[in-house]
Amino acid sequence: MALINSRSSISQRGRETSPHALGQNSTQRVMSLVIMATIPGLMAQTLFFGWGTLINVVWCSLIAMGCEAAVVSLRQRSVSFYLSDCSALLTGVLLGLALPPFAPWWLSLVAVSFGMVIGKHLYGGLGQNPFNPAMLGYVVVLISFPQEMTTWLPPLGLEGHNNSLTDALFTIFPLGQSVDAISMATPLDVLRENKSLTINELWEANPVFDGMAGRGWMWVNLAYLASGVFLIWRKVFTWHGPVGMLAAIAIMATLFWSGNGSDSHGSPLFHLLSGATMLGAFFIITDPVSGATSNRGRLIFGAGVGVMVYVIRAWGGYPDGVAFATLLMNMAAPTIDYYTQPRTYGHHKANKGLPKKD
Amino acid sequence: MNAIVKSPHQDIQSPVAGSQVIASSERKIWPLTGGVHPEENKHQSTSRPVSVPPLPETLVLPLSQHAGLPADPLIRVGNKVLKGQMIAKASGFVSAALHAPTSGTVTAIENRPIPHASGFYDLCIILETDGQELWCQLAPVADYRQLSPAELVEKVRDAGISGMGGAGFPTAIKLAPGTAINTLIINGTECEPYITADDMLMREKADAVIQGAEILQYMLGARECLIGIEDNKPEAITAMRRAAAGKNIDIVVFPTIYPSGGEKQLIQILTGQEVPSGKLPADLGMVVQNVGTAVAVKDAIVDGKPLISRITTLTGDALAAPQNVDVLIGTLAQDLLQYAALKTSELSTLVFGGPMMGFTVDRMDIPVIKTSNCLIAATEDEFPAAPDAQACIRCGHCAEACPSSLLPQQLYWHARAENHEQLMHHNLFDCIECGACSFVCPSSIPLVQYYRASKGAIRTQEAKHTKSERSKQRYEDRLARLEQEKAEKEAKRKANAERAAKLKAAKTAEQTGSDAKAEEDPIQAAIARAKARKAAAAAGNSEPASGRQASDRPLSAKQKELKVQLSMAKAQAKKTERALAAAEASAELKGDRKDIEQLKSNLAMLNEQVSQLQQAFDENSQDSASKDSPEKPVKVAKPALSDNEKKRKVELAMAKAALKKAERALAAAVESGFPDEQENTESFKQAVEACQANIKRLEAEASEPPAETAIPPSADAKPSAKAKAPLTDEAKKLKIESAMANAAVKKLQRAIASTGEDEQDTLKQQLVAAEQKAAELKQALESLS
Repeated sequence: MALINSRSSISQRGRETSPHALGQNSTQRVMSLVIMATIPGLMAQTLFFGWGTLINVVWCSLIAMGCEAAVVSLRQRSVSFYLSDCSALLTGVLLGLALPPFAPWWLSLVAVSFGMVIGKHLYGGLGQNPFNPAMLGYVVVLISFPQEMTTWLPPLGLEGHNNSLTDALFTIFPLGQSVDAISMATPLDVLRENKSLTINELWEANPVFDGMAGRGWMWVNLAYLASGVFLIWRKVFTWHGPVGMLAAIAIMATLFWSGNGSDSHGSPLFHLLSGATMLGAFFIITDPVSGATSNRGRLIFGAGVGVMVYVIRAWGGYPDGVAFATLLMNMAAPTIDYYTQPRTYGHHKANKGLPKKD
Repeated sequence: MNAIVKSPHQDIQSPVAGSQVIASSERKIWPLTGGVHPEENKHQSTSRPVSVPPLPETLVLPLSQHAGLPADPLIRVGNKVLKGQMIAKASGFVSAALHAPTSGTVTAIENRPIPHASGFYDLCIILETDGQELWCQLAPVADYRQLSPAELVEKVRDAGISGMGGAGFPTAIKLAPGTAINTLIINGTECEPYITADDMLMREKADAVIQGAEILQYMLGARECLIGIEDNKPEAITAMRRAAAGKNIDIVVFPTIYPSGGEKQLIQILTGQEVPSGKLPADLGMVVQNVGTAVAVKDAIVDGKPLISRITTLTGDALAAPQNVDVLIGTLAQDLLQYAALKTSELSTLVFGGPMMGFTVDRMDIPVIKTSNCLIAATEDEFPAAPDAQACIRCGHCAEACPSSLLPQQLYWHARAENHEQLMHHNLFDCIECGACSFVCPSSIPLVQYYRASKGAIRTQEAKHTKSERSKQRYEDRLARLEQEKAEKEAKRKANAERAAKLKAAKTAEQTGSDAKAEEDPIQAAIARAKARKAAAAAGNSEPASGRQASDRPLSAKQKELKVQLSMAKAQAKKTERALAAAEASAELKGDRKDIEQLKSNLAMLNEQVSQLQQAFDENSQDSASKDSPEKPVKVAKPALSDNEKKRKVELAMAKAALKKAERALAAAVESGFPDEQENTESFKQAVEACQANIKRLEAEASEPPAETAIPPSADAKPSAKAKAPLTDEAKKLKIESAMANAAVKKLQRAIASTGEDEQDTLKQQLVAAEQKAAELKQALESLS
């Protein structure tokens, strides 16, 4: 009877759980979309700060994938399965973008391997890490090697330094030769160190920094902003985190903006478009694993990062604070999650805090 | 890069092309929370009209095609049945009848595979069709308005109608809610991909849908009637608009989004209201019925036809002729798939229901039942095996898609940790298992499966918890009871001791008077002491006054007899003693010791007799002391009943009545005897126990010395309370057992009535045994109480 034949043909799969139709979404696609969205920012950084950034991104990605493969094979899992989700690649790319363009090779190695091995895999791998691995690696080298970490090249064409790819390569991988890289501080640094000059005088003294937030920096930030808007439009993440962070920075900068004076911390626009503001808002704090998970939670999470970024910039010991602010808010994320459950259908109000004990 | 991340919200406002006209509903609609847009795949099965497949040779009719208790067969193997004849009746309130879909012969009532997610087997009536399609007598109603809603509900119940959208809840129950209904919502949403059964029904039988809706509206007394349809069914909308023209029925069209067809979701879209968690739409004054159910109701009332067929979608890429069929309930999937030209080699998955909430089956000899709206014969490409789940990155796409505003990513986390407390805190049980979260999950995690498993685990745990709580309560009650008994004993002992001390004092006073006499006769004194010791030992009491104590009371016949014997023995002993003394005196003169020895042994014997009698007497009086003494004070101190006591008596009588009722309910539950009802029975038992506890408490209160009356000695009052309380644990147990035994007897009697001769003998034997058991239990119970 036909039944027998057809039975054997459908029993191969046996009984499965619903839903049987699955969407086209995948972790790999989400990750690669984010990686692709970094390209405009990467291009802007390369354009203004030389080949170093590009070399860094490639170098950091290789380290990140190497670390992932090493730990996954130590854990006796399928290396290709885990590498194919592209999460390691994304961590590498983000660290490559965040580190100074001519950070020596070993600095990147320390940052990426710390972030990947200790920050991610020792907690159990993807989805289990409480801290943003990229920011963890960044902070480790920032604290350990402050000299290397706070010097950025001046934007190209101003100091007339040599900007060949080989020079960049030899700067990062010396191999016995030494190239005298000309380095200088970032606008945020200059502003923080400034004690006497008004803003106008300061900018006049440092013509590199003209424009709203310093030449180069502004364009880099605008590139990340554009990519971020694209990602929100593609529903990779919601607007809540970035808007929370940017709004908090803008509000803080407005509140503590004393105009043009020498004690000024800079205009709101200066803060929004300098340093790692946009990279942080759209690529760092939107890491879903270590952030808050509900929409309201993300808004609070982003606002917390924004406030702390400004506090660190204005009164802290470091010129920029996106990494520290992100890590601090990562610690607060589980608590934020407890208090920001959405109201469920048919319920009067949302559940808050921890479950009540009987 | 196009549509890499499928948006849950995309296109929510934009109507489907070509539906501009129909989308212009004047009525306000509200947006659905969350939701997804899976590939619709509806066009495949709507290109052909609804057809009627050839009559199959065999129909398999599961007794449980609805939510609730399985139906109760009314026919026997070998019976011939007519089309539309009821072959199984509803076995309880939440149950539905079953009718023969065509005429033929019942060839078996046996376990067969049924459409179930777990591949279960269940009892089915197997009907061999005879091809004659002979209808039984039908009772159509010319004008349903001539009947009362209650009569119509009865007709719906008799027609065996249960919800045809998928849940299969008996419709009659939904049509007789306790609350007033304002709004009747007819669900023509059909939001799941692939399924087009309701779409085709509305296209081809729009008038029947409207007629059914009107009947339902009349039955419920609903002010308004809304028919909700997604805007991806333009033909159905046009047909329904035409049929509803000039009627008090509103066709509401809204944008297509899954899962808008969920009862709660549809209510949200059409009214903006939310069904409170744990409540029913009826609590909002609403009732939701599927369009298929509306047609079934119309058929049942207007044509008098029970529910014996339904429209089912046959679709999937493994079918060459996907279409909708008007199929008899009980038709096997294999017959239908063959009818729709199944390409056997391409079939990879067979799904009952839709792709989002349906379940796969691993065989094809499974029947279509009242709730089967779709069969998808899918190819490997169509429903590929889910890829291996990756780690959850908490992206939150699931939370965006959730129509209940849950946080699926958190639920997943807590489900894996088996943290039931957090799962409850995150409202796990508000999950409708629509599958939207699994659908959007980029890591391909089978989220819904985690929630189903967790719900099951929590339910099991709660059942265990309830059970252990009950056991704990029982244990604590027992401890309290033992404690009380101990206290009663202690009080009694104290009272006895006091009384004994008084008596001793009186005795010593008496003894001082007779001291001289006692010294005169040392043997007598020694005997008295020995007697006292023995009596004391017999009474289990260190006080030597039991004998006297007993003699204070009027004596029973036995005691009297013993006393006579005792005094006679004593007299004999005294005589012997005297003889002995005389003999001793003379022996000193004569030197004859022989007589003395004889007398001494006589005396010893007599003394022993005396002490035995004394002991018997003491024991007897001790017994009666504990039995008789409580009666006396109660009898004596029986005052006119105070108001308080009267009230208590009334309460007690009421509690006893409640107990009887609960017991009857328990008996009925046990009688029904279905495993599903186990829980119910358990709750009845609990109710019985609660009633008994109540009675006991009232009785205890009643027997407590009321403050305004004379206080009888507490030692006496308590035992009387105990004697009155008839419901000890054992009695309870006996009562339950006896109820169960009675139920078993009834069941057997029924079984005898419905079985053939050959089986009757064994059943009769069983019946006799059961009756005997019931009688024994009753006797035991009577003797106990």
